[in-house]
Amino acid sequence: MTADTARHATAQAQAGQPLLQVRDLRVYYHTPRGAAKAVDGVSFSLEPGERLGLVGESGSGKSTIALSLMRLIKPPGVIEGGEVLLGGEDLLAKSEEEMRQVRLAGVAMVAQGAMNSLNPVKRVREQILDGLADHGQPIAKRAVADTLGALLRSVGLKPEVAGMFPHELSGGMKQRVVTAIAISLRPKVIIADEPTSALDVVVQRQIMDTLLRVQQDLGAAVILIGHDMGLMAQFVTRLGVMYAGKLVELCPVQAIFDEPLMPYSQLLIASLPSLTKKGELRGIPGLPPSLLDRPTGCPFRARCPHAFDRCAVEEPALRELRPGHWAACHLY
Amino acid sequence: MPIGYLVRRVMQFFIVLWGAATLNFFLPRLAPGNPVRDRLLSQASQGGLLQSGVEEMVRAYNAEFGLDKPLWVQYGRYLYHVFQLDFGFSIANYPAKVLPMITAALPWTIGLLVVSSCWAFVIGTLLGALAAWPRAPRFFRYLIGPAMALSAIPYYMLSIVLVYLFAVTWPIFPLSRGYSISRLPGFNLPFILDVLRHAILPGFSIVLAALGFWALGMRGMMVTTRGEDYVTFAEAKGLRDRRIFFSYGLRNAILPQMTAFAISLGTVVSGSVIVEAIFAYPGIGTLLLRAISASDYFLIYGIVFMIVLSIALATLAIDLLYPFLDPRISYRKA
Repeated sequence: MTADTARHATAQAQAGQPLLQVRDLRVYYHTPRGAAKAVDGVSFSLEPGERLGLVGESGSGKSTIALSLMRLIKPPGVIEGGEVLLGGEDLLAKSEEEMRQVRLAGVAMVAQGAMNSLNPVKRVREQILDGLADHGQPIAKRAVADTLGALLRSVGLKPEVAGMFPHELSGGMKQRVVTAIAISLRPKVIIADEPTSALDVVVQRQIMDTLLRVQQDLGAAVILIGHDMGLMAQFVTRLGVMYAGKLVELCPVQAIFDEPLMPYSQLLIASLPSLTKKGELRGIPGLPPSLLDRPTGCPFRARCPHAFDRCAVEEPALRELRPGHWAACHLY
Repeated sequence: MPIGYLVRRVMQFFIVLWGAATLNFFLPRLAPGNPVRDRLLSQASQGGLLQSGVEEMVRAYNAEFGLDKPLWVQYGRYLYHVFQLDFGFSIANYPAKVLPMITAALPWTIGLLVVSSCWAFVIGTLLGALAAWPRAPRFFRYLIGPAMALSAIPYYMLSIVLVYLFAVTWPIFPLSRGYSISRLPGFNLPFILDVLRHAILPGFSIVLAALGFWALGMRGMMVTTRGEDYVTFAEAKGLRDRRIFFSYGLRNAILPQMTAFAISLGTVVSGSVIVEAIFAYPGIGTLLLRAISASDYFLIYGIVFMIVLSIALATLAIDLLYPFLDPRISYRKA
């Protein structure tokens, strides 16, 4: 170990370790035509209380990251390698039973498609209490009503909702119930995978406000996954841009709007409608590469307006190009 | 449960019974021939009685059974009796009445068929659910093949094979009947054990044959259910696998099975004919078989009505229970 890295390590220990550290995470889906590299060497870290956004088009690996942080990747998907450190402990090295305890208590998920995330034949009450009971925190009969009432109130629901079935709730209410379940054990990390995808904008706004409030109450860190840049701008502090299973840019959220570095991020920002400038909406031409046989070099080069020789041979690594602003591009 | 729904549903139950009873009454009367004359003539041909005497006896018996009255009077009296479960006298076993004959046979059928149908449902459903559950032992997936094969074999074939193997080749179990001839029926331990010993082979053949059906249905439903978002979310909640399996998987996948099970319980009474015949079991099936071969109309009416009654009762029960099983179904008018 050189003196330099030793000093770096000490500095990190003094600053306190990040809450969640993902290092070189690789998740492949094994298909008859070969392995689809859905997440290919992604690294990032999360400070306590931080709100990190992950954006990218469909199939870029956002949801796969969410599921692999909870170790819920199902065959043919396999977590091929990497580390997921939560408070210094590697989740990928835990036994299945230890990992089960971490779910909800350590890392909780507000699922994608929360409309169908509640069991239609069980009352809200049972669905909340199930999670508590299986984490060794059964509530005394007398305290159930109080605990549930407080929990439901914290997400803006009336305590009576506990006795209702999911089909008696509106989409927004269901989403709130799912949020209430997710925070019921005061997790350190909340992963919200497109929590508002099926809701109208007014309810979206309410849900995001609720999520923001409970996040601040608990001091939990949030990973918000989605593709709504407007929502991200309002909610997160730092933003990661995913492309073809890789993290191609990671920076404070304002920086992605002010000075996107990676050409993909630039086109993404340019494609957003503007209130002040009139003009035609532009998309990003082309399609992302097949995850099955990925081209050499930069995965974006086929669609990149600035691609040059080096992009075809060498894959750019994620480097800190500005203070706190990381991007994977040969242009800089 | 709203009273209005209950009343409507119970009314529907009685309308079904009335319709069945009416069909039961008119259909045989559309066919030519008089059961009394037929029977007397067949006896006469054996005994050599004179034709003139037969006609008088036909009149006498017609009066006795009320067959000389106009049709609508007969129909009214028939309905009046049927709703008291009074099916009159058995023609073949006169002066035995139909109802006691049925009530004597019913416990045997219910004891054998309802119990073995329930076992088949429970075992088959669990097996199918486990076969579709990724974290269940692989063993259960291997059982689906044999279960599928068994469900393809008619249960009476299975019965014959079982009889051949376990009653003839290795006489472990009795060949037939509900209990040993030498034993006096009574509520005592030796008799009960004897009855159980006699019920094992027919019961086993029913369980084996029906098991595959329930297992396959349940496996299909479970495969659908395990892909639902709420199962994924249950996993994300860090629930124990056992709880996810029972409370979020099986609990939801079993709903369509329940309807099928209620109907199958209703048809148990009629579906038992062949098994009971093979094992000479003293149940409804055997009784029906004897009634048909003896053209014992009143007994046939009685048994058919009991079958209709049991199906109607089973569907009524499942209709009233279903909203408790699936809260999305409400009692409100559709």
